[in-house]
Amino acid sequence: MNELEFRDPARARGLLDSLARLTEDRLDDPFSLMHVCGSHEQAVARFGLRAVLPRGLDLVMGPGCPVCVTDCPEIDEAVTLARSGLRVATYGDMVRVPGSGPSLADAGAEGARIDVVYSVSQAAALARRCDEEIVFFASGFETTAVATAAVLLDDPPANLTVLSAHKYIPPAMEIVVEMPGSRVQGFLAAGHAATITGWGVFRPFAERQRRPVVVAGFEPLDILAALVELVRLVRAGENRVVNAFPRCVTEDGNRVAQEQLWRVFELVGGRWRGIARVPNGNLRLRPEFATFDARLRHADRLRLRAPLQAAPLLRDCRCGEIMAGLAAPMDCRLFGRECVPAEPVGACMVSSEGTCRIWHEYGGHPDLGTSA
Amino acid sequence: MCLGVPGRIIEIDGVMATVDFFGVQRSVSLQLVDEPVAPGDYVLNHVGFAIRRIPPEDIAETLALYERLIALAEEDDPMLADVHSEIAATGGYGFRDGGES
Repeated sequence: MNELEFRDPARARGLLDSLARLTEDRLDDPFSLMHVCGSHEQAVARFGLRAVLPRGLDLVMGPGCPVCVTDCPEIDEAVTLARSGLRVATYGDMVRVPGSGPSLADAGAEGARIDVVYSVSQAAALARRCDEEIVFFASGFETTAVATAAVLLDDPPANLTVLSAHKYIPPAMEIVVEMPGSRVQGFLAAGHAATITGWGVFRPFAERQRRPVVVAGFEPLDILAALVELVRLVRAGENRVVNAFPRCVTEDGNRVAQEQLWRVFELVGGRWRGIARVPNGNLRLRPEFATFDARLRHADRLRLRAPLQAAPLLRDCRCGEIMAGLAAPMDCRLFGRECVPAEPVGACMVSSEGTCRIWHEYGGHPDLGTSA
Repeated sequence: MCLGVPGRIIEIDGVMATVDFFGVQRSVSLQLVDEPVAPGDYVLNHVGFAIRRIPPEDIAETLALYERLIALAEEDDPMLADVHSEIAATGGYGFRDGGES
């Protein structure tokens, strides 16, 4: 599984040498760095980067999987609406995530109508082509929420509502840093999310929490270059934001998209599954869009929600600690045993962006550098 | 879900564009892109929306990751699956039933 033939081997070697020099005095107390993006974890695991990173550096994934941080009550709402007879359209990974009780897939097996879509546009098109109510169960960080906003600003069909489970990443970084036991000294920020928000969005975080942030791309060399920069900043105690992905990210980001995002959504506190309540961590439809808010239009149906029993195995699930960087998948006794991609217990094993799923698919423990 | 996919604009019709993704053509909304774009330009796309015009000097480096993934990855590779989902997403307003993934 390790494909260490970098696109530019000489450059990779140079970056790895720099990393080794910058961390050689930290072999017993490694620098602890966190990224907050499932695609970064995919790239790190896929290209075997942990196998070549020096021992003086720990790179962990934080709460970077929007499907994984969708809270059980949010899944329960979607399941309740589907069971009540409404057609629910959502992104594929959301279908199998267990709530307090059943998942949308379970509801579908009982006869509820669930439509998998790749884009909110497809949910809107579905609504246009039929007379029935369509609920779009919306997940994703700000990068994906802008698309939901764009559809709601573009003459949406009257029979479409949005059940928003959209999340906003910067406040979650603060929560993770403040958690007891957190060792995180610096962050890699996701390049394509920052394409929308701009790298400037991380500046208040870096200053307030005194942690540097480096915006990174997804190519293995991009990630290595960003890590070199981040370790330099940590060593120097420079708590600022550096953009190591200038070919995609600017300081201000995409203002056209931001303007649409904030016209449709506002920030509100909410629970992130297994982690904590995150102040300003959720994106809720503004009152002007109340008519498209599934929680308001279908409030009577949601009130009928039956109390659900948590599955017994879910109590042992450690997805929350894993997403906070406090545990690794193999610290969980369910990982690879009761919890596997075909029969996931926790959300982290469901999503292609979940830490457990990624580690499971790419060989379990990429740190060891052994082939799976 | 946070990895966009680059594609080349073939033609533009109002706010929609036909975009070529590694040989597959899809329609993409230009509603979120923040600068003028024209046929021949490369854009970065996410869930059916172009989110950035890629400067010409950055195109080759941007494409490299995807070309490598498409060439090397096995069928069940989660990163490749996400790239394929993104390409499938760019169906604009034409509803296509993706089936359960």
